[in-house]
Amino acid sequence: MNIKVLGSGCANCVRLEANVKEALAATGITDATVEKITDYAEIAAYGIMSTPGLVVNEHVLVSGRVPAADEVATLLVAAR
Amino acid sequence: MTIVERLPETKRGIGLVGVVAVAAWFGAYALNERMWDWLLFDRVGLDSETRPASALHFFLYDTTKIALLLTGIIFVVGVLRTFITIERTRALLGGKREGVGNVMAAGLGVATPFCSCSAVPAFIGFVGAGVPIGVTLSFLIASPLVNEIAIGLLWTTFGWNIALLYVAAGLTIAIVAGWVLGRMGVERWVEPFVLKQNLLVTANAGAGVDNHMSPQLRVRIGLQEVREILGKVWPYLLIGVGLGAVIHGWVPSDFFAAHAGPDNPLGVLVAVGLGVPLYSNAAGALPLIEALADKGVPMGTLLAFMMSVVALSLPEMVLLKRVLKLPLLGAFAGVVAVGIIAVGYLFNAILT
Repeated sequence: MNIKVLGSGCANCVRLEANVKEALAATGITDATVEKITDYAEIAAYGIMSTPGLVVNEHVLVSGRVPAADEVATLLVAAR
Repeated sequence: MTIVERLPETKRGIGLVGVVAVAAWFGAYALNERMWDWLLFDRVGLDSETRPASALHFFLYDTTKIALLLTGIIFVVGVLRTFITIERTRALLGGKREGVGNVMAAGLGVATPFCSCSAVPAFIGFVGAGVPIGVTLSFLIASPLVNEIAIGLLWTTFGWNIALLYVAAGLTIAIVAGWVLGRMGVERWVEPFVLKQNLLVTANAGAGVDNHMSPQLRVRIGLQEVREILGKVWPYLLIGVGLGAVIHGWVPSDFFAAHAGPDNPLGVLVAVGLGVPLYSNAAGALPLIEALADKGVPMGTLLAFMMSVVALSLPEMVLLKRVLKLPLLGAFAGVVAVGIIAVGYLFNAILT
């Protein structure tokens, strides 16, 4: 599972990354890589227009808000 | 987040919690002043005639009042905005020519949830999808300029007509400024990588984004917004009310009418000159504006001050520098400032 957190460093993207890590721990998923994408050109290529963004296996799951850890967990489990 | 996690899952559960919350809110709002009257003047025994006591009373009462209003406004607007996405706005604006596009962009800028930290991806997203730069700028101007908190606070402080004037003025500035900038042929001042974006933008780009949100999720997002925004603005609110209380209690009435009244042509310029570099927000500016209005500063000058505080923020300018070269950034700030100044003079003329 490849997880990308899109955002340029504002508080929201930091929180999303933390929530992702928390969700991974909670769901026990061990085969996931987590990348932080901060380059605007790369972010825009995913078609999202508000950060932060959560991309799993190249699918944009959430953009423009920070889902809580439990919501991220649900999304990750559904994405397997 | 504990409140949010304890929200009932059923619609009826949430409905019940909602009814109780709304009733509590109205109760608190209605009883606010009387509670502070009782607490400070009856229980603690302060003399309401003295300036320090009256200022303290005002400070506590106004802070509570605005905090309650903020909670209500942010929550309601936050929930309503879950029905609008910026991706959908882009789909609506794509291919619209200037003029009509500027008008739609300004209106959508007000309605669409948008954080200035997303200014760059939003800009790239719009331009990459074929939205003209001027139209995009109308969106980026309208969004912070016509601020829902400002609308709500102006409404409750000065009445619906002033709030409406503010919205109309903000939209007009966004439309005209965006259109003017578009006419200036500003493509050469946009970073090349933005224009080269070959985004495969379909109507559902950014979709996997679940727009079918449950009511629980919408409520949750509304509460999250309240927490986030209150968390950011409370220091500015306290400072604003503090200054307002001082002006209220210690500045003589009509002091400003003499120095900054409608006859003084520099009033609006000073107001905008102070407002643009000032880093604050609607919640921090309003109590100050209320106190100044009370002491004779004309409404046009005050609205110009409010708009210059909220319209342009240094952090957003710093972010936009990644996509807009300095001349365009300067033109952007300049055209908006001129628009606000014009509105200030216009309103001073028609409101007095």
